[in-house]
Amino acid sequence: MALALNAACVAALAQTNTYNLGHPPSDEEIRAMDVSPSPDGKGLPPGSGTAKQGAQIFAQKCARCHGTTGAETGLMREKTPEALKFRPYATTIWDSINRTMPPSVEDIPQKGALPLLDKNNVAGAARRGPLTADEVYALTAFLLYTRVGVIKENDVIDAQSLPKIQMPNRKNFVPLDPTEWKPGQNPGGLRHIQPRK
Amino acid sequence: MKQILKQSGRRRFLKDGAIVAGLAAAGAGAIRSASGQTPASDDLRPKDTRAYGERSRFETTARLPDSPSAYLLRAPLQDSMGIITASSLYMMRAHGHRAPDIDPRQHRLLIHGMVDRPLIFTMDEIKRFPSVSRIHFLACAGNSYLNEDDRKNAKTVQQTHGKTSCAEWTGVLLSVLLKEAGLQKGANWIVAEGSEWAKWARSTPLVKAMDDAMVAYGQNGEALRPEQGYPLRLIVPGFEGGFSPKWLRRIQVGSGPFMTRPESSRYVNHRPDGREQWFNPELEPNSVITRPSGGQQMHGRGFVEITGLAWSGGGAVRRVEVSTDAGKTWKDAQLQDPILRFAHTRFRFPWSWNGEEAVLLSRCTDERGEVQPSLAELTQLWGVNREYWLSTNNAIQHINVIQPWKVTREGSVQNAIWES
Repeated sequence: MALALNAACVAALAQTNTYNLGHPPSDEEIRAMDVSPSPDGKGLPPGSGTAKQGAQIFAQKCARCHGTTGAETGLMREKTPEALKFRPYATTIWDSINRTMPPSVEDIPQKGALPLLDKNNVAGAARRGPLTADEVYALTAFLLYTRVGVIKENDVIDAQSLPKIQMPNRKNFVPLDPTEWKPGQNPGGLRHIQPRK
Repeated sequence: MKQILKQSGRRRFLKDGAIVAGLAAAGAGAIRSASGQTPASDDLRPKDTRAYGERSRFETTARLPDSPSAYLLRAPLQDSMGIITASSLYMMRAHGHRAPDIDPRQHRLLIHGMVDRPLIFTMDEIKRFPSVSRIHFLACAGNSYLNEDDRKNAKTVQQTHGKTSCAEWTGVLLSVLLKEAGLQKGANWIVAEGSEWAKWARSTPLVKAMDDAMVAYGQNGEALRPEQGYPLRLIVPGFEGGFSPKWLRRIQVGSGPFMTRPESSRYVNHRPDGREQWFNPELEPNSVITRPSGGQQMHGRGFVEITGLAWSGGGAVRRVEVSTDAGKTWKDAQLQDPILRFAHTRFRFPWSWNGEEAVLLSRCTDERGEVQPSLAELTQLWGVNREYWLSTNNAIQHINVIQPWKVTREGSVQNAIWES
């Protein structure tokens, strides 16, 4: 399998590559990374979960740091611009949980005087978070149910249903579609940006 | 001893290289367990202190760690000279996550997504590409005390503007790597991801990624420092610092922004009409006088060289003006060569202090003609009152207002932003 893949790519490289450096990754090598999902759901892995399942997982694995509902601490507080209800895409919540949660309690970043170097993280290139895809879907469902109120407790959230969720604040983002960015498109920056009152 | 360490390191590289390259049956778990368990005792740094230089014991300038988080270190701009920030003094910001202790022999960069040939590179391979060295500043989107808890108490330029620094970076242009992988039709954005534990990720428009973004392994003539992304980081010149992930391990090409958490929440500006202004990555023209600046003491009347730094995400600094009378009159400062795009620019202004109270200001104009505003101007434009800046809970990014330093008759220099 690997040999065949390599042979195919070598043939392709010979035609188009300039420097012939690097090697084509295997599926396993890509899976070892945290592939970013797009808002349209592309890149989301197989798996599913409900808010009901997510509540149990949250109590077991998350509440210790985030409080019983998640609203008690940090980035998920209700009164910040980062509150979940302001987020434009549900896929972002999935990605945040998937990529940022620590592998173990010992790894939880501490406030205070820790050495700058994280000696426990010696091989960033292949480390993953501690949660399965099913758990991440369930936790995402739990937060969408309890904190945003856009799904029901037993709705199944998976790679198909998650990107279809309409987040209530999405329509307020300007430009509505930021895809076509150009240098200098926001001349003066803050001169044209005003705060929420 | 050194020889033995070298050999064991080479064996480890070969072993891991074989696993990573061979792969077929190996799942993610196998790759994880095989990766990088470099013992802490495997410290290859020379023990002879002559071999790697130290500064004089009389020199004390240092970064200012933010409390209580240890992951924000402000650069001592008050002591800065020229436009290069020493690597040991370079500002550092990471969102609650320390620098991973990466063995470069085990580090990989994956480029995938909407490309014809997904590729994984070792560090050795990345260094074999044609290299470039460029001088660029980095600045946090929130490089201003106006949106922070201590906004009433900031005294020094390190506290007000210390979240910017400037270095010479060496690496390979990202465009070279992306062309190597072959961009597919419809490719329009990339997302870049770090190796630290929360794996910071930001989306960058392809037009910028192909223009001047670089994948850097060198800083100021040596390898990146661990807290600057060793062994590899992205540099996206002129954009908010968060667009340049450290400990870079993965670049994914897509058709649109990936909507990571920072770009769709934390770095969104909120408007009074309820709208959310997002994807505003270019930093505005900015400048600050670094000497004399808050907390410093004048050394008597007579000649004083006013000096400071200016920068802009719009390109090169075209002009810096200085006022010594709280903005009643302005005169052009001298700009020190080199004046580079997306780099700190040093300005100097000869002045004679007569012993009376004075308020010193600097004002930057960039190559696009954008001018740095005063706080009063911004307050008016935003339709808010002065109290808003002291009380808002909104994290306001991109504050670039003119910084006033007041020189008292006694010769002390104080932050006068709330008097301006």
